[in-house]
This record gives sequence, C-alpha cells and structure tokens, in this order.
Amino acid sequence: MSEVKDTQGQLWEVFIQSKKGLPFKHAGSVHAFDKEMAIQNARDLYTRRGEGKGMWVVPADAIVAVDASDEESFFDPSNDKIYRHPTFYELPEGLKNM
Amino acid sequence: MGAEELDVLFQERIDANEKIEPRDQMPEEYRKHLIRQMSQHAHSEVIGMQPEGNWITRAPSLRAKKILLAKVQDEAGHGLYIYSATETLGISREELIERLHQGKAKYASIFNYPALSWGDMGAIGWLVDGAAITNQVSLQKTSYGPYARSMVKICMEESFHQRQGYEIMAQLAKGTLEQKQMAQDALDRVWWPALMMFGPHDSDSPRTGNAMKWKIKRESNDVLRQRFIDKTVSQAELIGLTIPDPDLKWNEERGSYDFGEIDWDEFWSVVKGGGPCNIKRLNHHKKAHKDGEWVRKAAASYAQKHSKT
Repeated sequence: MSEVKDTQGQLWEVFIQSKKGLPFKHAGSVHAFDKEMAIQNARDLYTRRGEGKGMWVVPADAIVAVDASDEESFFDPSNDKIYRHPTFYELPEGLKNM
Repeated sequence: MGAEELDVLFQERIDANEKIEPRDQMPEEYRKHLIRQMSQHAHSEVIGMQPEGNWITRAPSLRAKKILLAKVQDEAGHGLYIYSATETLGISREELIERLHQGKAKYASIFNYPALSWGDMGAIGWLVDGAAITNQVSLQKTSYGPYARSMVKICMEESFHQRQGYEIMAQLAKGTLEQKQMAQDALDRVWWPALMMFGPHDSDSPRTGNAMKWKIKRESNDVLRQRFIDKTVSQAELIGLTIPDPDLKWNEERGSYDFGEIDWDEFWSVVKGGGPCNIKRLNHHKKAHKDGEWVRKAAASYAQKHSKT
C-alpha cells in the first residue's frame, strides 16, 4: 500500500430539507472520505433532533459559486428589468382579483 | 483599491450590520482574530467532552447515563460546527488540530479543572453551559456569517444541557444530607472558574477593542459576566444552595448583584498551563488523535481504491 497522508478527509457541504415539500437549505459542512461516510456523518452531526426529512451532501469542490468581487456585475442584468415585477404596471382603479 | 480604502469599505459594511461571508474581502487582522477566537471555541467544545465523558460509565442511573451520552455527543457536534465555520476562513482542520497540540491555540480554562463528583455533572451543565449560553447568545449577532449561524444552532441545543445540569443539582439538593453537600461542594468549586470563563476585566482585555469595532464580540466580558450572575443567583436560592461569595449582594441602584473580586492570579496561572488538568487534557486529545490515525488512513485508502474502479 502506498503511503497515505493522515488527513481529515474531504469537505462536503450539507443541505437539509426540514419537511417534505420544502426546499433544501444549506446546514453546514462535514468531513468524510466517501459518499456513504459523508451522509452518515452529516446525519449524526446535523439531524440529532429531527431536523431533517431529506438530506443532500455535495463535495465542496463541486460547488460553483459566484466570485464575491463579481457579484455586482454578475447580478446587474436583473436590476434594469423592473417590468418583471408586478408593481411596474399601471392598471385602472377598481381592478379586482388580480 | 488600496488596503486602507478596503478597510474603510469593510468598516462601513460592519457599521451597517451587514454579515461578512467567507469569500468577502476582509482585513487580515479580522480573519486572524476570528480564526483564533473560533478555533479556541471549537477546541473548548471538544476538550469539554473529557470531564463529562469520564462520568458516563459511573452515571447513577440508566436515564442519567443516556442523557450524559447525548450531551457529550452534542458537545462533539458543537465542536464540529465551529471547526467547519472556521475552515471557511481558509485554514484546514489538520492545521487547527496541530495548533492545539502545539499549544498555540487555547481552549476554555474551565476544562482544566477536574470533575470530582456526580455533583460536578450538575454544576457543569448548570453553570459552565449556562455561562457558555450567555456568551453564545450574544455571539449569535457576531459579524461573521458562518460563526453567527453556528451559534444559533448551538444555542438551541445548549438549553437542554443547562436544564439537565440544573435537574441534577435540584435532585441532589433535595436528597440526603450527603447528597446536598455534594451539590454544594460542586457549586463551591465550579462557581469562580465559571465566572472566569467570561475572560479578564474589559480594562485588561487587550483584544476587546478590535473585536468590538468589528462586531465579532457584541458585548464586553464584564457585561456578560454580570448578566450571568444576575440570572443565576435566584436559581441557586430556589434549590437551597449557597453561592460561595460573601460579597454577593443585590444592588438596588444598579439593578444588579455586586460580587467579590475574582482571583486573577489563579485565572492567569490556569490560562498559562498551571491548572490541575492542563497536561492531562491535552495529552488525552493527542493520544486519541494518534490512536485514530490508522482509521483515517484506512478510510482514505479505501476511498482512493474505490474512486479508481
């Protein structure tokens, strides 16, 4: 066996669904050496009090995130399309059920 | 943009009560302060398992044993939440543990005192966890997002810890004379070290300035200590135990308790390694870490083998 480094394993991000039908929310991270260990460690760490009905674990390095310094320009295209919001429209007084 | 300009922008975000997230620009000193404080916090949770773990096999009933097991498991969990949050600052778990083993990173001095009787399990849950809750409730509003979020989760779990400790004290206090004495003895020994958990007086706390400016700390050591005392005194009275401080007295004007001076020589001596259990606690952690080395290597090797096929 080749010399294996003594590490704490890979970093995994943990997402928990608190109730069926609700979105999965980031709960934190966990160290583990493989998928099976990751999901078991995540269960022991983040759901000791019935916090979860569903759980995802994802290798942290597989997550693609927006670069913090690019945030402004990255999300900029949404700022100039105010007509995407329902409050943009001028509608006759007395309109109901819309 | 120059470093000074960045620092001004950073302070503006802090002043506007914005949370700082891992990939945001932050002053190097802010990062360093957080790594020091958060790793010390995480190490405290983990080392804190030792005095209580020691009593699992000697718990007086199956009920007490199950509760203590669950509590110690929670402490491990708290350590891991905070380690994970600390790692978002760009430091590895290996390095955090290495710094602990080298004595470069500290943990709460309270765990350098021995847990001598079952009464200590009560006093630790009630007072040590109680002091930690007072501190952690305040830290829920800390400026670093991952730290604040880990505090929210920890505070939800800690209230069970404090209640289980107080229940032990209440049971002992209404038991036989010997049992009541055991509870009082534990209170006598744990009270002052618990007050020391809040750290030195604000006037002797050199890092408080930056920590408050950056909203890492939201309230000062002395404010938190006073809050803890004010809410704990009546809890002791309720079960007929006496807080070991002859100077403890209600101050009508301040609406708070006056209390005696803490033995700061003892505080600094334990911080610097002179407590009754400093060497034992650290050696135990080193041994457990070393004993687990083959497991980590086997797991890594297994994962490597299976990722190839």
